Amino acid sequence: MGASQTRSEHKHQHLADETGFSLEQVKNLHKRFQQLSGNEETIRELLDSVPALANNPIRKQIIEAFFDKRNQHHDEVGTCEEIGFEQFLMVMSHFRPPTLKTTVEEKEAMRREKLRFLFNMHDTDNDGTITLAEYRKVVEELLSKSGDIGQEAAKAIADAAMLEVASTNVPHMAPEDFYEGITFEHFEQILKGLEMETRMHIRFLDVGTTTMACGKSTS
Amino acid sequence: MCEPRAARRSAAGPPLTGFVCVLLLVCVSVASASLDTAEDPHHPTNSTGLKKAFPVLALNYDYVRKPFEIALWILLALLMKLGFHIIPRVSNVVPESCLLIGVGLLVGGIIRAIREEAPVLNTELFFLYLLPPIILDAGYFLPIRAFTENMGTILVFAVVGTLWNAFFIGGMIFGVCQIEGAQLAGVDLLSCLLFGTIVSAVDPVAVLAVFEEIHINELLYILVFGESLLNDAVTVVLYHLFEEFSHAGTVTVADAFLGIACFFVVSLGGIMVGAIYGLLGAFTSRFTSHTRVIEPLFVFLYSYMAYLSAEVFHLSGIMSLIACGVTMRPYVEANVSHKSYTTIKYFMKMWSSVSETLIFIFLGVSTVAGPHAWNWTFVILTVVLCLVSRVLGVIGLTYIINKFRIVKLTKKDQFIMAYGGLRGAIAFSLGFLLTDDNEMKSMFLTAIITVIFFTVIVQGMTIRPLVELLAVKRKNESKGSINEEIHTQFLDHLLTGIEDVCGHYGHHHWKDKLNRFNKTYVKRWLIAGERSTEPQLISFYNKMEMKQAMMLVESGSAARPPTHASSVSMQNIQPRESARGRAIPSISKSREQEIRKVLRGHLQNTRQRLRSYSRHDLLVDPFEDHVSEVRFRKQRVEMERRMSHYLTVPANRQETPAVRKVCFEPEHRVYTYDDGESPRGRAAQPRPGPADGVSLVSESPPGLGARGPDQEQEVQEEKEEQEEQDQLKLSRCLSDPGPNHNKEEEE
Repeated sequence: MGASQTRSEHKHQHLADETGFSLEQVKNLHKRFQQLSGNEETIRELLDSVPALANNPIRKQIIEAFFDKRNQHHDEVGTCEEIGFEQFLMVMSHFRPPTLKTTVEEKEAMRREKLRFLFNMHDTDNDGTITLAEYRKVVEELLSKSGDIGQEAAKAIADAAMLEVASTNVPHMAPEDFYEGITFEHFEQILKGLEMETRMHIRFLDVGTTTMACGKSTS
Repeated sequence: MCEPRAARRSAAGPPLTGFVCVLLLVCVSVASASLDTAEDPHHPTNSTGLKKAFPVLALNYDYVRKPFEIALWILLALLMKLGFHIIPRVSNVVPESCLLIGVGLLVGGIIRAIREEAPVLNTELFFLYLLPPIILDAGYFLPIRAFTENMGTILVFAVVGTLWNAFFIGGMIFGVCQIEGAQLAGVDLLSCLLFGTIVSAVDPVAVLAVFEEIHINELLYILVFGESLLNDAVTVVLYHLFEEFSHAGTVTVADAFLGIACFFVVSLGGIMVGAIYGLLGAFTSRFTSHTRVIEPLFVFLYSYMAYLSAEVFHLSGIMSLIACGVTMRPYVEANVSHKSYTTIKYFMKMWSSVSETLIFIFLGVSTVAGPHAWNWTFVILTVVLCLVSRVLGVIGLTYIINKFRIVKLTKKDQFIMAYGGLRGAIAFSLGFLLTDDNEMKSMFLTAIITVIFFTVIVQGMTIRPLVELLAVKRKNESKGSINEEIHTQFLDHLLTGIEDVCGHYGHHHWKDKLNRFNKTYVKRWLIAGERSTEPQLISFYNKMEMKQAMMLVESGSAARPPTHASSVSMQNIQPRESARGRAIPSISKSREQEIRKVLRGHLQNTRQRLRSYSRHDLLVDPFEDHVSEVRFRKQRVEMERRMSHYLTVPANRQETPAVRKVCFEPEHRVYTYDDGESPRGRAAQPRPGPADGVSLVSESPPGLGARGPDQEQEVQEEKEEQEEQDQLKLSRCLSDPGPNHNKEEEE
């Protein structure tokens, strides 16, 4: 018992160093992971274990993001069948907030990482650009839970958004030119104003409080 | 009453001299009126036999005295404001509030010199008439997202910070007064604490006035401003508490607990009252579709009633007003017409602007007029203590708060927060409210005024260079971007989802729950018609389209270039496949060119005919309704779009004689077109407006006849292509995202 505990401690420490979480946070997330996986080693199915996700219009994209190899920083592509705790933690590490000690360059890198995560969520065929069809899909999914306004509104909105990206990034295009899709640089440019590093984060519990957290998973 | 100083203002113009003449006339009439009343008694004795002549011109100033004076004051205040903005050098250095206080001082001095009675900023005038518009404006346009995200921080600063300030200042002053000597020994602890309460509250009016001009980033703005709004509850409770007990003499522990209970009642009660009125207002706006004209009035009246109702019960009127505005806004905006929305916005801004101006001027006037008792020690002490306690409070509280915040507050943020804690007219009015049997009242008032002057003038003037020196992040003035909106919503859902996966109920989880509750239950009751089910993204999109359409119409009529000087249009985005997957057989390029030439030939004739036609009728245009113009353009553009789907080479425009453009001078463009080079290499020049005007010019006048017919055709073709893109852009902006257009695309 003692030996396996210290082994997992070591592993947790290693993971903490790698992802930037604190040891406490890693432990909490590990507890949560075990809940989700039913005490197995890997998770195969997220939707059943997290019923609250059913109300989320973009649940499919969120779940896919967990199984997406591109978010693992290993330069692989494709999807996994199942994820282990390390992969789970890796995905979660995208949502860490900046601290007081984060330098400007680190903030830039953090922003880029978060934007990359978002980009991967949109760019489903991994060709490096978000095409009009993919963007339309994104808007459709966003509006899916909000009643049947229909496909046309989503299409119009996606078209307008694409036009905006094109006009901002490539202002002078000939009528015959075709704007292939939003590249990562254009994506960064268009979302510059949102300051991702301060927006895209959630609070990870530091202390071992279980009142609001891991205990109550099924809501 | 008269303001002869108006003549001294440097920014005098013809309207002002006219106004001065009116003033002199008024003065003369006042003088003569007093003479008239003196003479009247003589008439009956003289005219026992004679009939009194019918007065052709009579003067009766007393009848209109009160409204006249009020209107005159407001008018002069606004003229002052106008004057400051005409002189750019001054308004860049000195914030407007300081200038207005200066003007007030001047006016007060003049009034005192002529021994007239000056209007004083008495409490009733301030709290019932001058303050509500400012608070309503602030509350209605409060950035909700930033406010709720930082609610914890704001509350801590508002409640704990104000308490700390009040007790620290009150206590220290009492301590020093005890040490000092006989002069100030009469000040007892409760009076000191009362004074501390009055002078410790950060004032929303002053903060708004100064922060508005420095365009600081949203986080800092909402922290300081939110604090100034929410500390009203604390101030109200403490003020009443200490005032009650300064008569009673002693405070017991039970009283302290009652005070705490009172605080909760005051703040939560105020919010509840405001929310109730807000919901009432939203509900009323659901039925106003037939009487659009009175819609704005409902917003104002319900808010004012909320404020007054809260004041009846000694609840926090400011919090009630904020709650009312915040509750009402999303539903009212979904229900009212666009014009009403604009009216609401502008009337609010107008009233709050007038109020603010009047407040600062009256502050200056009251300073000169009011009873003063200057005591060096007391005043200097107050000013220093205010600064010190603010700094200590901010540092201490930030240290605690940063343990709970995710995005921590940096030292720069803390400095701006400490420096931005301005005091203003609320402190003055509360001081004025002190009953006269408080013998220290004059001394208190003097000290309060000094603090106000110090913060507004010194801190207000220096904050802008400091902000620039410290390179504090400024507000990023980004126009509404559909991409940002999409991704903001996407992020909301994403973060909620991740929180669910993590298993903890965080900020996003509750926000999501509230949104869903709002959508399923509340919106159905409060929003009329089918807009109740409209998702936020679509309303945002519609609003943006409307804005862009209006901008284009305006820019067209004013001959200003449209803001996106970009040559990208829908053609560049639409995937080519949709053009090819058509049932119509594709035509070869040469054939298309032929078709185009034929069409163009016909059009040229029409256009030449049109030219003379439209030149004579240009005068008719200004009376054309913008809306019908937009409709015409839409129709024309639709036709072009349909044509463009059948031809892969950009098509010609169809000229419809009905569409004429209001007279303006389009830029005359002449350029050569070489077959080999692409004209699009040059920078996209801003188009001067819809194609019509350009077409008038594109018939190159005979002077340029040196060019061969071929070249001319190319030039025109190119112009048309440019216009075509313009039209397509226009069509995108003007067309509703309805089913018809896209169906035709796909057919």
